[in-house]
Amino acid sequence: MLYLLVSIPFIGALLVYPATERLRLPPSLVAGLMALSALVLLLFIGFPVYSGAVLLSRAEWIPQIGLSFSFRLDGLGLLFAELILGIGVLVVLYARYYLTELEAGPRFYAFLLLFMGAMLGLVLSENLLLMMVFWELTSLASFLLIGFRRHTSEARQGARLALFVTGGGGFALLAAVLIMGQIVGSYELSDVLASGRLVADHHLYPLVLVLFLIGVGTKSAQFPFHFWLPHAMAAPTPVSAYLHSATMVKAGIFLLGRFFPVLAGSELWFYMVSGMGLSTLLLGAYLALFQHDLKGLLAYSTISHLGLITLLFGLGTPLGEIAAIFHVINHAVFKASLFMAAGIIDHESGTRDMRKLNGLFKYMPHTAALAMVAAAAMAGVPLLNGFLSKEMFFGETLVLKWLVEAQWHWLFPMAATVAGIFAVAYSLRFIHDVFFNGEPVNLPKTPHEPPRWMKVPVEVLVVLCIGVGVFPNFTVRPLLESAAAAVLQQPLPEFSLSIWHGFNTPLVMSLVAMGGGAILYSGRKWLFRAHDRIPFQISGKQWAESLVESIFQLGEMVDRLLDSRSLRRYSFFLLAIVVAAGAVSLWGESFPAAKALTPVTIPVVIGGLLLGAGSIATAVWHGKRLLAVIMLSIVGLMTALLFAYFSAPDLAMTQLLVEIASVILVLLAMYFLPQLTPPESSRIRLARDITLGVIAGIGVAILSYSMLVQPLDSISSYYLSQSKPGGGGTNVVNVILVDFRGFDTLGEVTVLGIAAVGIVAMIGGLKIWGPEKDWLGRSWAGDRHPVLLTTVSKLILPFALIVSAYLFLRGHNYPGGGFIAGLVTGVALTLQYIASGSDRARQRLPWDNLKLVGAGILIATGTGLGSWVFGFPFLTTTFAYVTLPIVGKFEIASAMLFDLGVYLAVVGTVLLILAGMGGLHQREENV
Amino acid sequence: MNHLPIMPVMIPLIAGALLFLIGGRGGGLDRVIGVTATVALLPVALLLLQVAGTGQVMVYYDGNWSAPFGIVLVVDRLSALMLCLNALLALASLLYAITGDDRLGPRFHLLFQMQLLGINGAFLTGDLFNLFVFFEILLIASYALQFHGGGKVRVRATLHLVVLNLIGSSVFLIGIGAIYAATGTLNLADLAVKVAAAGTGQAGLLKTGGILLLLVFALKAALVPLGFWLPPAYSVACAPVAALFAIMTKVGIYAILRLQGLVFGPEAGPAASLFTPWLLPLGLITVVVATFGILASNELRRLLAHLVVLSAGTLTLTLGLDSPSAVASALFYLLNSTLVGGGLFLLADLIARDRGDAGTSFVTSQTVSSPLLLGSLFFVGAIGVAGLPPLAGFPAKLYLLQTAFLHPAGNWVFSVVLISGLLVVVALSRAGSAIFWRTGKAQKPATGIASLQSAATASLLLGSAALMIGAGVTTGYTQATAVQLADHTGYVEAVMENRGVVVLPAGQGGS
Repeated sequence: MLYLLVSIPFIGALLVYPATERLRLPPSLVAGLMALSALVLLLFIGFPVYSGAVLLSRAEWIPQIGLSFSFRLDGLGLLFAELILGIGVLVVLYARYYLTELEAGPRFYAFLLLFMGAMLGLVLSENLLLMMVFWELTSLASFLLIGFRRHTSEARQGARLALFVTGGGGFALLAAVLIMGQIVGSYELSDVLASGRLVADHHLYPLVLVLFLIGVGTKSAQFPFHFWLPHAMAAPTPVSAYLHSATMVKAGIFLLGRFFPVLAGSELWFYMVSGMGLSTLLLGAYLALFQHDLKGLLAYSTISHLGLITLLFGLGTPLGEIAAIFHVINHAVFKASLFMAAGIIDHESGTRDMRKLNGLFKYMPHTAALAMVAAAAMAGVPLLNGFLSKEMFFGETLVLKWLVEAQWHWLFPMAATVAGIFAVAYSLRFIHDVFFNGEPVNLPKTPHEPPRWMKVPVEVLVVLCIGVGVFPNFTVRPLLESAAAAVLQQPLPEFSLSIWHGFNTPLVMSLVAMGGGAILYSGRKWLFRAHDRIPFQISGKQWAESLVESIFQLGEMVDRLLDSRSLRRYSFFLLAIVVAAGAVSLWGESFPAAKALTPVTIPVVIGGLLLGAGSIATAVWHGKRLLAVIMLSIVGLMTALLFAYFSAPDLAMTQLLVEIASVILVLLAMYFLPQLTPPESSRIRLARDITLGVIAGIGVAILSYSMLVQPLDSISSYYLSQSKPGGGGTNVVNVILVDFRGFDTLGEVTVLGIAAVGIVAMIGGLKIWGPEKDWLGRSWAGDRHPVLLTTVSKLILPFALIVSAYLFLRGHNYPGGGFIAGLVTGVALTLQYIASGSDRARQRLPWDNLKLVGAGILIATGTGLGSWVFGFPFLTTTFAYVTLPIVGKFEIASAMLFDLGVYLAVVGTVLLILAGMGGLHQREENV
Repeated sequence: MNHLPIMPVMIPLIAGALLFLIGGRGGGLDRVIGVTATVALLPVALLLLQVAGTGQVMVYYDGNWSAPFGIVLVVDRLSALMLCLNALLALASLLYAITGDDRLGPRFHLLFQMQLLGINGAFLTGDLFNLFVFFEILLIASYALQFHGGGKVRVRATLHLVVLNLIGSSVFLIGIGAIYAATGTLNLADLAVKVAAAGTGQAGLLKTGGILLLLVFALKAALVPLGFWLPPAYSVACAPVAALFAIMTKVGIYAILRLQGLVFGPEAGPAASLFTPWLLPLGLITVVVATFGILASNELRRLLAHLVVLSAGTLTLTLGLDSPSAVASALFYLLNSTLVGGGLFLLADLIARDRGDAGTSFVTSQTVSSPLLLGSLFFVGAIGVAGLPPLAGFPAKLYLLQTAFLHPAGNWVFSVVLISGLLVVVALSRAGSAIFWRTGKAQKPATGIASLQSAATASLLLGSAALMIGAGVTTGYTQATAVQLADHTGYVEAVMENRGVVVLPAGQGGS
């Protein structure tokens, strides 16, 4: 049942759109029916709660984090749920007349129902994390509602301000709830409430309390977080009536009640909560008097009343807590009706400025009467509900244990009376300024009574004000008792709800407040002038906005400082960190006992020196590009020789061929580079980079040495021994490539193919207009296709192809293989392109190189897949020895087919890249 | 012979190879192949998830060579989860792309499949060098995809991506070399054994090698101070590409998690808990800097790119908390942030098309033509990514904070995560307000949003809602995953027992 209850508004929110568009129902009707049915259901199932029952429903949701789908209907929840749904129904009815259907539309009611559901979920949650879910939802829904009139900047700013403040509070509260849950070991409210003093005695209690109060204070607009509430008044009036008087701002208050047994009772609680409440009470009451906007006055008075309730909770006494709950009900009732009345006035007269609104009694006597009763309740006039709770409040301020000890016992009654005086004064202003006090000034519309049904919600609420005020024991006592009992978690003390308690101090305070209020109001002109003369007006909104603005600016500053958007900086960072981290982890580690290293021979020394010199020369002469490329090729060549020297002929061949292909590529690319290099780095930067480079080099040297002295015991011995029996080849490198680690090779070949596609894609649409001549005015080539080169390259081609076929075939047993053969073929064909020009070469080599790559990858993959047929995993190879006439006995291995795929892919890639770059060149010349 | 474990790489590999043979632009056959292959990934991933969900570790021995000599593919809970996530994200991105973005440049579908090949392979492989190979595949495909659509800004971003990652790849190789020199093996399961048994003579190499790998993964995951390349790159990438890239940083995170769990765990001899002390500070700094980046963004796509960095930072700091529940919460967070992050990139593209010249920058412009659709999607996405209820980002954040509570540095995590969360909300509310609220009154006539585009976008964003509803099951799975990672004996035994190697009938040649 509780699930159904909570889900009704959400279902409603989802239904509003389709119901409006498909069924052509007015959205207000859908919303109203939904809220009403939820209310009826609540009254029905809530009946046992009056006699002290607690309804619980539980369902697991995320057990790992303690979030369960459990709800609880106890006295406190019932009270708030009744307020939420009851006032909700009235607000929907009111909004139906306040907003035109065009303006409101389904969007408005969907948001309103969403909010209603979130509030309902909040007050009915048994699980604390579930409660937080709904808590944040109320912030989000209220963001949407405040920003509903999105075209006005007040609405946008008000919405964002509210979200910033209440959202921030929400995160603080989240932290508090999490810590609380960790301390108790459960997030179920029943467990938390049953944990007694566990939280209050924990060493994290002060932190929990502070975070908790930030959450409460932001939501319930307590000083110093109160400033968002007046700006939230940019919302349409039904929203203000609902969210910002009756329900959402009471969510913080609700929490004070909910966690009262867990957190209250300490001195810290008393000082913090009542201090917050007291300052809010006074500040709100004071500022309310000086507002000229009707809704502004009501907003600050709401702040003040919320402060009063907080103060009552802060006192920590059972009776104070009863009074707090009582005032929650009373305030919701009279403040909602006042907001609605203010809305009617705004609606019918076109302004909310009290300097223009005067003497409206003549024009709308009925509304005026209602508003006056409600305002009187706000002032605490006898026979109305506000009087009763205010009396209880006055009474409670008189008995305070901590302050009596501290000789400060006069402070609270004094402050309460002062706040009372201001409350009477602003209530008077609301009545007198608006309905009497001469004639209206320049109203945009001639005011008149609103439609009949727009007043009904106000009437209902005003009747409640009087009903509670006159017959409290009949009307609210059961509700109040069950709610108070739920808060206290212990039997209630005796308390009496009656209009006449005899002639006692609270009554005197009430009388003083009335009289003082009247005097204060009569002296308002002088007061307003004095108020305007206060030189510094603290605006919380401006403060918060400039805070947000400076956060944004700080963000930009930090972002600009850190993110240079310069590749050189990024690379420097990366390398520096790599070097630093490497140094840190290498520091202080010892090498294993050095094993015998191979002796240093003269060729190695020469090779090493050339290698080093080549590297340095490349860096030094990087401006002279051709020279640098030559120097770079020295490095490549020496590396190849080094491989050869240390018995790795396959690697040496590969390195050599890759070197050739790369040099061609670099030369092709160079054509498009600007002829002069960009300005050099400054000396300091150069020194920095050189230092980094040297350190990195030393680091890699140490690392290499450390690798060399490691005792060799690796999987390579397995490869050596298994190459022939398992892989069917004596060239271990090739067997590793095509068999042991064929999967890697397949991947690397794919990388080549993707690179080729990427390059084609990148230069495909590229048009670079290079110069026809170099910077000395010489044309690039006197003879574009030198006869000698053309002839020789034609002669070479068949030999090259034979060589590559030879390399390919013998690869499994001797140095060679598909990769190397592919490179040879690729380079040889590239030579054709260079010699004859790409157009003619393309005619003579008419296949699509991309397809060649694809075919290669497919053949390699297909070979691997072939083993599936025989029930082996991917890429399992097999081989057999076949004897043919003439050739004699030779070996056929499935790995050769794989190698063929590799071969094709490599050829295709080399041609794609080199011919692609060359083609770019060619197109250039043809222009 | 069960070939299921290799299917997530086989499908995109074959599809990609076929796409070499079939024309680039036009035709539509490339779309058919691309979509078919991507759709096929989903049931495969789900089947693997189902088997892995029982706790079984599936091992596939490529070439029928037994571990540690050949290359193995391993599917445990973590791999299966990541494969599923990738399949979902890829499908949505591709469906978005085939409404037209795939024609902005040549060979989109080929590159897309290759990208999937690289990502899936990285999630599957049980071999350190093979991980490098798949990193190369995914990197090289990502360069080309980053460039897809062309234009000056993309060239620049691609150049940065290429140069930095080339440095990264070199470092990767040096790291692998060091580790191989110290242990003589590349198989991750074998490494787990060998590293644990290593002596002090190997400590320097192991530690240096490991840290170098960590840096490479951090570069990929875009952690500060190595991740500055990401925002300029992702914010200009073509929408479906950017959406798919949402998982790329997570590949880095995955690799960190995998090596942390398997090779450099608490029992790893001289290199015990090698990564752990680095992760928390790296993550915290990344979150802080990314938050500033989010605040500094003056347009939506850049903001989203910074959000990607933020989520990588959050994941890293969570892994730094070093407990099974931290890993479990990180994985749950990862699922949500990847789906929503991807969806938001698609949404940003829809918004940019709708607003014309204003693009996604936070300036006043005409009202978007479908405010209800785009506005609701933005609201959902913002809630999902900011970690607010009722979407899955919220329990993810709760889970993280609960884990952090017990950690000595918990107060840092609490403050950084919560404050950054608030600032993200502030920045997103500014963005939403600027794009959807601060507009001229005139409503533009509706520009067409293909229903496939909005469906793809919505499905990713609502993935967060689905995660929330199924959060109990999902967190149960991530918790089991964390337990499986914490005790790697199951993984090591499954690989080293070589039960999946087919034993030859006698008398047959070859292996």
